Amino acid sequence: MQLSFRKRRRRDALPARTLLELQPGEDGILDRLDLPEDVARRLMELGFLPGHVVGVGRSAPGGDPRVFRVDGSEVALRLETAARLHLRGGNPLPTTGIDCP
Amino acid sequence: MSSCHDCKSCAAGPPPPGSHGGPAHIIALVGPPNSGKSTLFNRLTGLRQKVANFPGVTVEHRVGRAKVNHDREVMLIDLPGVYSLNPRSDDEQVTHDILVGKREGMQPEAVLLILDCTNLGRHLLLAAPVLNLRLPTLVVLNMADDLRGRGGTIDPAALSAQLGAPVALVSATTGEGIEKVFQFIAGTAVGHSPVKAPLVQLPVLKDIPKCRRWATEVNNGAAYQAPSPPRWTRRLDSIFLHPVGGPLIFLAVVVLVFQSIFAWAKPIMNGMTDLIQSSGNWIGSHIPDEIIRSLIVDGIWAGVGSVLVFLPQILLLFLFIGILEDSGYLARAALIADRTMRKFGLQGKSFIPLLSAYACAVPAVMAARTIENKRDRLATIMIAPLMTCSARLPVYTLIIAAFIVDRPLLGPFLGAQAATMLGLYVLGFLAAIMTARLLKSSILKSERTPFMLEMPPYRWPTLRSLGLRLVDRSKVFLRRAGTVILTVSIVLWVAAHLPLHDGKVPNIESSFAGIIGHTVEPILRPLGFNWKIGIGLLTSLAAREVIVGTLGTIYGMEGTAHSQGLQQALHSDLTLGGALALLVFFAFAMQCMSTLAIVRRETGGWKWPVLQFAYMSLLAYAGAFVVNQTANGNLSRLAAFVAH
Repeated sequence: MQLSFRKRRRRDALPARTLLELQPGEDGILDRLDLPEDVARRLMELGFLPGHVVGVGRSAPGGDPRVFRVDGSEVALRLETAARLHLRGGNPLPTTGIDCP
Repeated sequence: MSSCHDCKSCAAGPPPPGSHGGPAHIIALVGPPNSGKSTLFNRLTGLRQKVANFPGVTVEHRVGRAKVNHDREVMLIDLPGVYSLNPRSDDEQVTHDILVGKREGMQPEAVLLILDCTNLGRHLLLAAPVLNLRLPTLVVLNMADDLRGRGGTIDPAALSAQLGAPVALVSATTGEGIEKVFQFIAGTAVGHSPVKAPLVQLPVLKDIPKCRRWATEVNNGAAYQAPSPPRWTRRLDSIFLHPVGGPLIFLAVVVLVFQSIFAWAKPIMNGMTDLIQSSGNWIGSHIPDEIIRSLIVDGIWAGVGSVLVFLPQILLLFLFIGILEDSGYLARAALIADRTMRKFGLQGKSFIPLLSAYACAVPAVMAARTIENKRDRLATIMIAPLMTCSARLPVYTLIIAAFIVDRPLLGPFLGAQAATMLGLYVLGFLAAIMTARLLKSSILKSERTPFMLEMPPYRWPTLRSLGLRLVDRSKVFLRRAGTVILTVSIVLWVAAHLPLHDGKVPNIESSFAGIIGHTVEPILRPLGFNWKIGIGLLTSLAAREVIVGTLGTIYGMEGTAHSQGLQQALHSDLTLGGALALLVFFAFAMQCMSTLAIVRRETGGWKWPVLQFAYMSLLAYAGAFVVNQTANGNLSRLAAFVAH
């Protein structure tokens, strides 16, 4: 019941903000990783932990892959992966995936 | 292959962990990628090190010896760089197994945990599981000079109190603080007290966010002040990753590497050829017996020499790869190349190995180690030999000079001969990318491991690590030349010189090689090849360029690519279709024992090299067949026949 409510709400509100929509020089706080668990764990080991600040660095020609600054290091991700990393504030509801307590 | 092959004490069996007084003390080096682990290992061991592969898996590690207290030595194992001990990849599995003592003969007595102290929050994630093993551990905080230079601070004593393990603040590049590491290693000989209590409970270990919060608390307790962002790295990235300038610099680097391995290596390679030839003649002049002289000079010396010639080129290539990798540019190059490589189902990190393959597939296959994703790595290894390596050049040069009339095609810019050569390069490249697509959409399909690449800060490569890398690669290369190539050279010589007729060496047609050539001729007929080419194909199984020398022997002409006599003899003995088919055959076929041997080593078994050999042979046969039949007009006749 509640799940369907959430879905409707998301469609009406602004689309969930992801790393993909971060502009160069802009920061965001990571909320959750919408990826299979082993991939999410690997990203978390690289610093992409919920609650951490993520910034945008330079990118390859054409903008893909893009370098993200997180937890003291710089990690390049393809945009298809960046689109699965959701930022806090964009989607106010904690959902499934690996949440930040 | 046992990894502690030349470690005498291993013969008696290593002492179990914790026992003291035994001769072999094993210390494992553990750390995340980019922590400077290998630099520290190089500083501790110097030349007393070697590369080994763990049996059964394709994970490389290095073992070395560090001298402590006069005559006592400690064995160091440089484990693969890992972010955690959760065994998911091969690297992590091996690191985990060794640290928990599952690998026979390799149980470490103590651990050096190397962490980058400019990024301690994240690197401490690995400290929790490693310290939880409760082996005597020294926490090495590397890059102390960087931390200071960028305004960060840490209190090692406070960190040591928090972790319950000794802490050393060092710089492996400059050698600062390294004596504390040596003290710890020396102490292993007399025994250390292990880490007393588990730091964090196991359920917490599995929870990365909780582990990360633990790391923050530890950092706060140790008065850790993270350094400011690396200014020089940001500045350099604004050049190397500039939307326009970045790709241009990237192209310039590629051209430079190409130019050096072809143009600049040439004089050295010519010098090597002359040296091998004249030393062969000198050796020959000291051997009275004709047959033995022929075996040693024409068989062994020329055979091994034909491979040794490539050593300068390979070393130059590895020097470049070393500079690119150690400086941090390689990660940027992989980033820039990723978009293009993705179209073929590969990724950015495949680029440098494939570029290397234009010189030689052997270093390319070795360079593929930088690709962590196993399937991408296998795909890269599988297609690398299709790139036009320099061993194909003598064959191409000979056949093109013999059969292609050099008419101008594009004014003075492009002649027919150069165009043919270029066409063969394109052909190999197309075959490679189509094979990559085929592999990545079938047996090597992978979608669950997205591309993620850490961008390390730029650093000056050190002469020490570059030098050690070259020594290391030379050893691998020379060992192969001394074993596989030596054996094949002897076998080929025997095949070409036996059976004796009335105590004399037979002419090539009635030798074993000739008999084999005649036997395979019916299979090669449809490709337009005769029995002489058949022998050439057999001998070139050792290395592609060997066919030039073999054809020289068979036709009784000087066996070099520029020999006019050999070109004319070939011209009158082969059709144009057969010659073109031969070029295509060499573009596709896996005529290289060295590559097969290295692929077996790197993939940890015969499965991939056998598959590769079968696939490339099939491709070569089919390609040569189509070319020869088309040139002879058979295919169009067949098509017309079918159409009727």
